[in-house]
Amino acid sequence: MLEQIKLKNKIFFTLNKVFSRSIASANTGDFIYKKLTQFFAFLVFLLVLVMGYEMYVGSKLSIDKFGWNFLVNSTWDPVKEIFGALPAIYGTLISSFLALLISVPLGLGVAIFLSELSPNWLEKPLSFLTELLAGIPSVVYGLWGIFVLVPLLRNVVEPFLFKHFGNLPFFQGAPYGFGMMAAAIILSIMVLPIISSISRDVLKSVPNSQREAALALGATKWEVIKIVLANSRSGILGASMLGLGRAIGETMAVTMVIGNRALISPSLFDPAYTMASVLANEFTEASSDLYLSSLIELALILFAITIIINVAARIFVWSFEKRWSSVG
Amino acid sequence: MLRQEFLYGVLKKGGAVLVNKRLNFIRRKSTNYVMLSLTFLSVVIAVIPLLFIFYYTISKGFTYLNLDFFISMPKPVGQEGGGMANAIIGTFILIGIGGAIGLPVGIFAGIYLAEFGNNKFGSTVRFLADVLSGIPSIVVGVVAYTIVVLPMHHFSAFAGGVALAILMIPTVTRTTEEMIRLVPHSYREAGLALGIPKWKTSLVIILKSAWKGIATGILLAIARAAGETAPLLFTALGNRFWSTKIFQPIASLTVYIYDYAKSPFTEWNEQAWTASLILIALISIISLLFKILTRSKY
Repeated sequence: MLEQIKLKNKIFFTLNKVFSRSIASANTGDFIYKKLTQFFAFLVFLLVLVMGYEMYVGSKLSIDKFGWNFLVNSTWDPVKEIFGALPAIYGTLISSFLALLISVPLGLGVAIFLSELSPNWLEKPLSFLTELLAGIPSVVYGLWGIFVLVPLLRNVVEPFLFKHFGNLPFFQGAPYGFGMMAAAIILSIMVLPIISSISRDVLKSVPNSQREAALALGATKWEVIKIVLANSRSGILGASMLGLGRAIGETMAVTMVIGNRALISPSLFDPAYTMASVLANEFTEASSDLYLSSLIELALILFAITIIINVAARIFVWSFEKRWSSVG
Repeated sequence: MLRQEFLYGVLKKGGAVLVNKRLNFIRRKSTNYVMLSLTFLSVVIAVIPLLFIFYYTISKGFTYLNLDFFISMPKPVGQEGGGMANAIIGTFILIGIGGAIGLPVGIFAGIYLAEFGNNKFGSTVRFLADVLSGIPSIVVGVVAYTIVVLPMHHFSAFAGGVALAILMIPTVTRTTEEMIRLVPHSYREAGLALGIPKWKTSLVIILKSAWKGIATGILLAIARAAGETAPLLFTALGNRFWSTKIFQPIASLTVYIYDYAKSPFTEWNEQAWTASLILIALISIISLLFKILTRSKY
């Protein structure tokens, strides 16, 4: 009897031990798994902080020397070591703004066509085309810009504009081809797929009941679209801002066609400079510490601007999604 | 008299209303047609540059395309022919280094976000990954320069790989997370019901089911990295000679295209088109390969 109980206890005990061990090991496995993946997630977290910190440290020299003047000084002279970012900031903002001026209406038109009008058989190839457009490397756009777009502008478009609108300040000077106009056009081609694809998704997520209600009241198709557009305002704004973020940071294509001269001029024919193209052109040539430091400060400014724009864009898109998530 | 005038007024007004209504209808209809055709016009305008770019890349790219381009080295200015063997292998090496660093980080971070990420830390990381994906690639290049090139005192393929890795991470992280979230909850419950520990369920069942989508994300990241130029300009720098060493400057197709496009020599310009054609073909092949791989398995 006693033996039996002892045996029973023993079995129970070992079983218990085995089970508890397996449970414990499972828990350790889970623990390790969680910590491991958390470590990598932390790396992503760390990466952004390190990026900001490294650039701040790298640009310390220039920040100490020039202070806020760096942003408003329009001289960029590596020989005399006077660095002001104003021409680059101006060029970046103007080229992106002009690009959006072209690509937002076009992108919106494409989005409307794809989401509201196009028959199904046309929608797939068109979406595929926009995807392709987004997949072409920017250096190939630049190559195309140099050998196709720039000669076209130099020989046809800019002389035409000069002849007919030459008294406007925007179309003054010699038509080089390389310059602000080429940069704006190539940027608008590159940004278009982003704006049109996000806007299309935004338009598609407006519930059909909105369209049906308008149609039932006798609205024409365009009037229906106007209502859909009014409902997706913040989403479209977000899409445009994501496009703006892309345009501001775009480097290669712009560098290859903008002419690269630190110049502030209202004329679209004149060469200009953007922050990204200054970096692409001069970074390997930076001979002194101060020069390098100023370039890194440019990168820091670019970093800050794109973060602000992206965050704002995401807030717009997010507020749009939140608005319709309850309606369904 | 007064009554007559009144009636007349009513009739006149009614007629005007009718005419107005008719006009209004015509106006609305015509606006409709005009605006709808404008949207179609914008599609046409948007497609034209794309066709233009494809046409030029293909027609100009084929002029120099031959076997020599793949297996021989760039020749000095003035000599006919020559290829970009070093740039092609360099692009592969750079993608390899970038993938080796970036993919594990991206995939594991994505797993964390999907499995344990419903907390403050998770949403912060998610947000930062989104922020990271919006940062211009040239800024990433500057950071790779300060982190890798400055301490090591020379340009290297490794520095270029680090820059590409940073560019890959956000895409991979976010797609991994989204694809894991798409796996039905019943899969996880089935695994747990069989007594499989959570980590094993996640790795063996969930990850395997989501693999197809994750591979698409990886392919997207790699294709994008293959086309990057800006972050390589002052990290991998470029190299006119054959080099496969990780800690030496290395050539890449994109940097070659940039240099050759800017050069004043027509021959080099032509070769830039050929290099673009190869680059675009390479990117398309990567995406096709992944599509076939993922399709045949499941």
